[in-house]
Amino acid sequence: MPEYTRTGVLTRHDLLQMPTDKQLEKGVAFIECVQEIPCNPCVDACPVHAISMKDINAPPCVDFDRCTSCTKCVGVCPGLAIFVIKVKEDKAWITLPYEFLPVPAVGTCVDALDREGNSRGPGKVTRVVKAKKTMLVTIEVNRSLAMDVRHLRVQA
Amino acid sequence: MRIRHHPILDFSAREPLPFTFNKKIIAGEEGDTIASALHAAGIKELTISQTYHTPRGFFCGIGKCSSCLMRVNGVPNVRTCIAPLQKNIIVERQHEFAALPTAPFTGRGKRTITTDVLVVGAGPAGLCAALQAASHGANVLLVDENPRLGGQLIKQTHKFFGSLQERAGTRGIDIATELEADIKKYEQTGKLTLMAESTVIGAYEAAEGYRFGLVKRINYQTQLYDIHCGAAILACGAMENMLLFPGNDLPGVYGAGAVQTLMNVYGVKPGENVLMVGAGNVGLIVSYQLLQAGIAVDRVVEAAPVIGGYHVHAAKLRRCGVPIYTSHSIQEVYGESSVEGAVVVQLDSHWKPIPGTEEDVACDTVCLAVGLTPSTRLLSQIGVPLEYISEAGGFVALHDDTMQTGKSRIYVAGDASGIEEASTAMIEGKIAGCAAAKALGYPVKPETLALFKEEVAKLRAGPFGEKPRQAKAKIEAKAREQHA
Repeated sequence: MPEYTRTGVLTRHDLLQMPTDKQLEKGVAFIECVQEIPCNPCVDACPVHAISMKDINAPPCVDFDRCTSCTKCVGVCPGLAIFVIKVKEDKAWITLPYEFLPVPAVGTCVDALDREGNSRGPGKVTRVVKAKKTMLVTIEVNRSLAMDVRHLRVQA
Repeated sequence: MRIRHHPILDFSAREPLPFTFNKKIIAGEEGDTIASALHAAGIKELTISQTYHTPRGFFCGIGKCSSCLMRVNGVPNVRTCIAPLQKNIIVERQHEFAALPTAPFTGRGKRTITTDVLVVGAGPAGLCAALQAASHGANVLLVDENPRLGGQLIKQTHKFFGSLQERAGTRGIDIATELEADIKKYEQTGKLTLMAESTVIGAYEAAEGYRFGLVKRINYQTQLYDIHCGAAILACGAMENMLLFPGNDLPGVYGAGAVQTLMNVYGVKPGENVLMVGAGNVGLIVSYQLLQAGIAVDRVVEAAPVIGGYHVHAAKLRRCGVPIYTSHSIQEVYGESSVEGAVVVQLDSHWKPIPGTEEDVACDTVCLAVGLTPSTRLLSQIGVPLEYISEAGGFVALHDDTMQTGKSRIYVAGDASGIEEASTAMIEGKIAGCAAAKALGYPVKPETLALFKEEVAKLRAGPFGEKPRQAKAKIEAKAREQHA
């Protein structure tokens, strides 16, 4: 049994796909859905057919070159397991699904949290979009945190 | 204890409905049940154990247990968790086994309803069964104990997994609204009759078809109905499991589903700091929804060495900083009149507590998410063969792949036919609805049934579908044995 079935936390070697630096600079949807569960709304949500699945139980596979980082899949994923990641020079922008109150305002500073809920420093909110009731929040963090930051906490 | 701000739900203040509880005026709100209004006022002690004389709170929150029975306007044994609140009613705790009153039950003779198909339970399975049967031409009577349609869908604020056909990506609450709109359409054509706040209390074979006894609740009193039908689909759902430990009856120890009902349907906080027991999908999802409602979750403990639910649900919780302790369980809960704390303990590889690993957890609420048991009482009463199938969650009615039980034209669907989840329950309901209409002579294309069977098989094909797959294989094999 992989360690994440005990901890609930994925490590890098659990992740099925890893984009190249070039793909990250363009911006990609990064899906942290590694188990075979019967679910496929991300496949239908993608306007450029960049997400595929062998069957409804197979984990999704992203064609990083085809992905336009439009974020449509982020708002639709029932597991809140899709993030859009884009990097440039020493910065990274992570778009994550957010279903809490208060919704952070653009320009404010939040705590950038990793997969265990630990703060990895400040993140700057650069974009907030509403996808039905799920907010898509983009935060700017240090590039070295692009593969670690997956949540945010609004500072009191 | 009211939730006013929520990221998914609207809980802005509603019309006040004041009422009297033990001679004190309590401020309820439109949309409350009696129990939710009492919780909102901080009153968790609803009954008193008749044997131990200790306080009791509710456990299931959906009318399946007896932990919330109170006297309302003089009528005893009202299940306050599903009784809609009315203005100026008088609610009292019962201090003794209540004698049945005679006045409200007499002088109002029974009424008779004749229909093609009776559907018991308006959850995902029952709603889909009723819609399918009606769409194929059958007359349908759909009954449910609760004031609202939708069963457990009405508290599922998360987006559903599954396929687009079963509305994946849509929140359970929105699926309930969509199905309700479809039901209303058939109601308008006269094809479908809906009876809410109605409990089926008896199931019998008749000379032609079947007869069911039903009581409809009207202003906390009841009206008896005699239902005659050609076929019946029993989609009665399931009951949350209890766990044995000292203090498990203290107010504040709730089924996880009950907590979900309280906060997501009625907008009332169960408490401020929760210990979740069980890391299956229910435990993980409800923990996350507690956080969304602004309630702290101290931790999740899971007796098994691995997390039982989907990793994505565990991941959502972990990145909010909530720890999940596998190989840990609850040892006891303590408190004077409600939960003040709990002791958790680590388990060894034989599931035995390891002495010295006990840890005190400060919490005012303990949620039990330790599985469900199919509700089979009506099936048992009518005499269909039941078997204990552990993968199905307990005793279930043997049934074939059209959901027909050992009795002709008696069908079962959803959790009542084996514990699974809402997407497959909806398809099982469709299968049962089609099969019932067909059995009564209404035309149903063979490919319609085949398509539904194919869909449900697809959803069960993965590793998480293994348990229901095994359960259904055993159930169908035993049903064939019985038949032969």
